[in-house]
Amino acid sequence: MAILIDKNSRIIVQGITGRSGLFHAQQCRAYGSAIVAGVTPGKGGTEIDGFPVYNTVEEAVAHTQATVSMIFVPPPGAADSILEACASELELVVCITEGIPVRDMVLVHAVQAGSKTRLIGPNSPGVITPGQCKLGIMPGPIHKPGRIGVISRSGTLTYEIVKQLTDIGMGQSTCVGIGGDAIIGMKFIDVLQLFNNDPETDAVFIIGEIGGSAEEEAAYWIRDTMKKPVGAFVAGITAPPGKRMGHAGAIITSGKGKAGDKIRTLRECGVTVATSPTRMGEAMVEALKGAGKQVP
Amino acid sequence: MHIHEYQAKEILSSFGIAIPRSRVALTADQVERAAKEMGGHCVIKAQIYAGGRGKAGGIKVARDPEEAGDIAKELFAKNLVTRQTGTEGLKVRRILVEEVVEIAHEFYLSVTLDRETSRYCLIASPEGGMDIEEVARTAPHKIHILTIDPFTGLRPYQARKIALALGLNNELCEDGVELILNLYRCSQEKDCSLVEINPLVVTKAGWLLAMDAKITFDDNAIYRHREYPDLVDYSQLNPLEITAAKFDLSYIKLSGNIGCMVNGAGLAMATMDVLKESGGEPANFLDVGGGASREKVAEAFKIILRDSDVQAVFVNIFGGIMRCDIIAQGIIEAASNVKFTLPIVVRMDGNKIEEGKQLLRESGLNVQIGDNMGDGARKIVAMLNQGGI
Repeated sequence: MAILIDKNSRIIVQGITGRSGLFHAQQCRAYGSAIVAGVTPGKGGTEIDGFPVYNTVEEAVAHTQATVSMIFVPPPGAADSILEACASELELVVCITEGIPVRDMVLVHAVQAGSKTRLIGPNSPGVITPGQCKLGIMPGPIHKPGRIGVISRSGTLTYEIVKQLTDIGMGQSTCVGIGGDAIIGMKFIDVLQLFNNDPETDAVFIIGEIGGSAEEEAAYWIRDTMKKPVGAFVAGITAPPGKRMGHAGAIITSGKGKAGDKIRTLRECGVTVATSPTRMGEAMVEALKGAGKQVP
Repeated sequence: MHIHEYQAKEILSSFGIAIPRSRVALTADQVERAAKEMGGHCVIKAQIYAGGRGKAGGIKVARDPEEAGDIAKELFAKNLVTRQTGTEGLKVRRILVEEVVEIAHEFYLSVTLDRETSRYCLIASPEGGMDIEEVARTAPHKIHILTIDPFTGLRPYQARKIALALGLNNELCEDGVELILNLYRCSQEKDCSLVEINPLVVTKAGWLLAMDAKITFDDNAIYRHREYPDLVDYSQLNPLEITAAKFDLSYIKLSGNIGCMVNGAGLAMATMDVLKESGGEPANFLDVGGGASREKVAEAFKIILRDSDVQAVFVNIFGGIMRCDIIAQGIIEAASNVKFTLPIVVRMDGNKIEEGKQLLRESGLNVQIGDNMGDGARKIVAMLNQGGI
């Protein structure tokens, strides 16, 4: 089933009566995703464009047997929404909300790490298994079903690699936007592990950026455990230190988190790193050929 | 979000942490008067949004009020350049006049986020007063790091372990425990990405004092702290960055001459990378947001053009949900409003791409279309070079 989601995933949307919550619920439904209900406290019992609305996740799950949630709740309530989803033991929560305070996420992370729920995001463009299920704000048509897994800290840069892959005939098994914040649920390694065990994924492309050390951690994990070829790109080779580049996570502090160091470590660990964002597709082809795999 | 040293100290003080006697002054006269209050002999500290002040001449000792006034005049007159400010330096608009303290020992103490564990951590070192990264490089065994469990918070026994590791014994140990707990409480209640005391000192009289302090607030938490916007010193920020923030645009001024407008932070960084690869120099980082609405595109355009270094503009939009024809309209509208004549290259992708390109071609602007990111970067650099710049 690729990873995380497929055509059988039953999904609720927390914050469905908000403007972007509703819009993207409709877009995802149009793509074929099974959006079975929405949750907005105080609007339970109503219906919005055919989606039944519940006051709590618990009620929504009891009535629909949903196992996945997508969150569009604004920052002041978003952390609580993730905790609510964890309390209902959903399998997967994808949090699109951007701008959740760090202190809230520290607590959420600690709770979620001890729960049965997997968290993607926050500040994530979402997850898509092309041709089956779209759970996020990405444009559906650039994707194509296939056998490449994509993991990224970025949004629009992910669309860029997906389009490059699709243009050279390489479809995707699942694309996962893990989010651009300093504290996120699943990290590169967690998703790499799923792709490693997924019979429908042949190779993986990861997109990193400046800040933190998640790319380095991923590199060592790939060297030691990954059985499939991996291509990568790291954005921000020209970013000046001390300036936060949009994402809360994208900042070079005290000389750490530089793109150059990340690229070097990834290469040393056997990852094919694209020298330019215009050549990400080529890097994926090269990685596959290097592993003696057939290229479509 | 940054604040000044004196503001950070006031906040620490409100959490029960002792700070030296001091006054903030906005003019050389005020500095002189404050120096008199301190008894003449005092420390003059320039307040800027950057570190490295000591070595750059931003912190000086005055022997009497007159000398204090003279030092202040000098500091107010020019930009202060430190290793953290860049070559232009920062204006000094506020000066902290502080009592001279006789120091017995200096320590380092901070609470910050550890991304690897996704938790806050307390960092302490008996080597205070200097660059903590230097200590980390040369004497890592002198740095103590304690990861804090968000469920229990920082506990007194943990703070005691740190206080003892710093060499705070007997009565000073319990003072240290209280100070460390207060520091953690401050970091949580005020949503600090970083709260740092460097140095924390023991005076010869045996008191613990925060001699220098730095606080950075979590930008995402500003909405629940109504007082934060009032703390901002706008003289320390780039005027274009201030305007951009009003429109929720993420803008950072850089040193090149090609203005960039991109949707999404990752793509914006990648665009800068491609420009440099093609021999161009970006004038800015600008993320109009993944959604890239027409209004934001128009505002972003105005901001880019207010930067007099800009001699060409590269627009790179990967339209997700937003249609390319709408983006194109936004660009054309904004460009005609400001009577734009500079070369411009637009690379767009996504829905209604052909309609968008058509609109741009018919717009009468000095515009070329980039087929992809690399093609767009090459074209804008070529257009710049043809112009003989």
